[in-house]
Amino acid sequence: MSTAIESLVNREYQYGFVSDIESDTVAPGLSEDVVRLISAKKREPEWLLDWRLKAYRRWLTMKEPHWPNVKYPPIDYQAARYYSAPTSVKPLQSLDEVDPELVRTYEKLGISLNEQKFLSGVAVDAIFDSVSVGTTMKEELAAHGVIFCSFGEAVQEHPELVRKYLGSVVPYSDNFFAALNSAVFSDGSFCYVPKGVKCPMELSTYFRINAADTGQFERTLIIADEAASVSYLEGCTAPKRSTNQLHAAVVELVALDNATVKYSTVQNWYAGDEEGKGGIYNFVTKRGKAAGVNSKISWTQVETGSAITWKYPSVLLVGDNSVGEFYSVAVVNNHQQADTGTKMIHIGKNTKSTIVSKGISAGHGNNSYRGRVQVMPRADNARNYTQCDSMLIGNRCGAHTFPYIEVANRTATVEHEASTSKIGEDQIFYCKQRGISAEQAVSMIVSGFCREVFQELPMEFALEAQQLLGITLEGSVG
Amino acid sequence: MDSRFRGNDETLRNTSPIQTQVMLDITALRAGIAEREILKGIDLNIKPGEVHAVMGPNGSGKSTLAQVLAGNPAYEVLGGSAIYNGEELLELEPEVRAQKGIFLAFQYPVEIPGVTNAYFLRSAYNEIRKARGEDEVDPLEFLDLIEERMKLVEMDASMLNRSVNAGFSGGEKKRNEILQMAVLQPRLAILDETDSGLDIDALRIVAGGVNALRRPDNATIVVTHYQRLLNYIVPDFVHVLANGRIVRSGGKELALELEERGYDWLLDAA
Repeated sequence: MSTAIESLVNREYQYGFVSDIESDTVAPGLSEDVVRLISAKKREPEWLLDWRLKAYRRWLTMKEPHWPNVKYPPIDYQAARYYSAPTSVKPLQSLDEVDPELVRTYEKLGISLNEQKFLSGVAVDAIFDSVSVGTTMKEELAAHGVIFCSFGEAVQEHPELVRKYLGSVVPYSDNFFAALNSAVFSDGSFCYVPKGVKCPMELSTYFRINAADTGQFERTLIIADEAASVSYLEGCTAPKRSTNQLHAAVVELVALDNATVKYSTVQNWYAGDEEGKGGIYNFVTKRGKAAGVNSKISWTQVETGSAITWKYPSVLLVGDNSVGEFYSVAVVNNHQQADTGTKMIHIGKNTKSTIVSKGISAGHGNNSYRGRVQVMPRADNARNYTQCDSMLIGNRCGAHTFPYIEVANRTATVEHEASTSKIGEDQIFYCKQRGISAEQAVSMIVSGFCREVFQELPMEFALEAQQLLGITLEGSVG
Repeated sequence: MDSRFRGNDETLRNTSPIQTQVMLDITALRAGIAEREILKGIDLNIKPGEVHAVMGPNGSGKSTLAQVLAGNPAYEVLGGSAIYNGEELLELEPEVRAQKGIFLAFQYPVEIPGVTNAYFLRSAYNEIRKARGEDEVDPLEFLDLIEERMKLVEMDASMLNRSVNAGFSGGEKKRNEILQMAVLQPRLAILDETDSGLDIDALRIVAGGVNALRRPDNATIVVTHYQRLLNYIVPDFVHVLANGRIVRSGGKELALELEERGYDWLLDAA
């Protein structure tokens, strides 16, 4: 493992290439016509177009939020393109029809779209710019009754499920970016696990932004019916470009009675260069509804990329005895900014939530944890445990913590622990004295700091996450 | 020591065929911290197979000497040289010194939360092997090796899965240093006040570990305030450091004399 990390820390952002693929892109700008055009291109039913238009009209009345602890120049929403699709994949019947250039792109990313070659037993949905280019392992999943496909496909094949749950956790009016997404979302992944089924494999979506000046607005909806369970992982990369690109996704999770949804993210969007030029604005709304009794929703995120990260994967603990978890590692280096955390809203009785947040700041990076723990009047015996640790590398970076705790029930127990530490010269020297280089020492110390979170990731992704940390922190010690 | 233990030793050892007569030749070494000169001209010669004790009152510069030889960047070298196997040591990065066989047992071992002892040790072991052009060992091979070495310091296997030094007692930390030394098999080991804070049982274990690692081709510098440790690790030479200089050198009997008379008579003489 040490060699892997060592070779990786000496590597630049390796996903920064651009694929030369012919694409169908709409002109820049946003209007009702663009919303109608996107809906038409996707052959959507009337109700969905109406929903998009309502969202668009609502969005026009909303203001971009400026309460996060991040700074960026104003975004010109009329300058971005809201739809880009590789022309070659339109009527996709099987994976064999995928443009070979696309397949090569995913192979460069280390993701095989070829089911036969896919050894690790993970089903993958690959989203390239605005559309899904292929979903693997579909037949095997179907044998268990699990639906796993692109969002667009779900709209065509399972409209009743989409209609029932779309916006049920994150309404289109929720916030500025969620409204924008609801109006122009292009594709994403959809998953439904029927009653009593434990999904037989990990599900995974890899998101890739390729086209220039294009926003990516994917929408993910995952439903675990009664006593069902599913573990889902998303990974993201983008080419290096000198302009900023907007990524405003929405993820909705629903867990019914006795169901469990585990959602893991390894986010590695292009972060911009050392001077802070370029990179993805990652403004994402993620929320789960632990709707049923004894249901559980667990978020794990490793955020290493993006110029700016603004996201708060949250859980609405509606069902009695439901459980919400949030495990997070957020790393900023160079001029990256992150304002991330979670919301745990305790509504049902005996609900329990755990928050473990590890923020690492290096270079000129600025890292903020923002979390809300809210116990509603009916939520008897609610429990929350929050642990919020920050680590600083160097003396030009920042770490901030904004915890909000609101308790409206006397029986609640809420705990909050926080710590801030700095990688010490003494630790580095100790490692060096044992023959370990400074960069490897940092990687080791940081991995140790994040261990509680990495333990929550599926095995192979834990290693990937650890390697990513090494790359992100490259050059952060002199 | 069983034969397999020895076999492993051979793979770790620098196989350079040229054994220079002097391993470490320190000349007129001056060093300090924050513009304050602490070492004011140290001369010291160390040959393979020797154990040198460096003694002296508090503030005499004993620990500074240990830190400077290991390359702690907090200290500034102001002059002089330290030729180690024909090479200027003072110009090398600390990790390169370590890879070339210099080991410092820290007076205050550093805690690294979340990193297991086993992972840390294996990383260090593999880095040193790599620097010598040898293959890395995998976790299972390493486990065999380390279990053998742990017996030397009477450490329990559960220590391997604990974070490096985090929550260790003083004695456990010092034993852990000697375990690292046993795994890394240095050519020149520097023990910085390894006896401080140890009870008599821990002292016996630590000293036993150090003695078991003594070989004709490696050398040890024992930095200590008290003669006590030298009952267990018997030195070939004793040097007394006072005010940044070596004021007296002698055989092991010098330590006993210091124990009896204290340091003052030497300070006065200096």
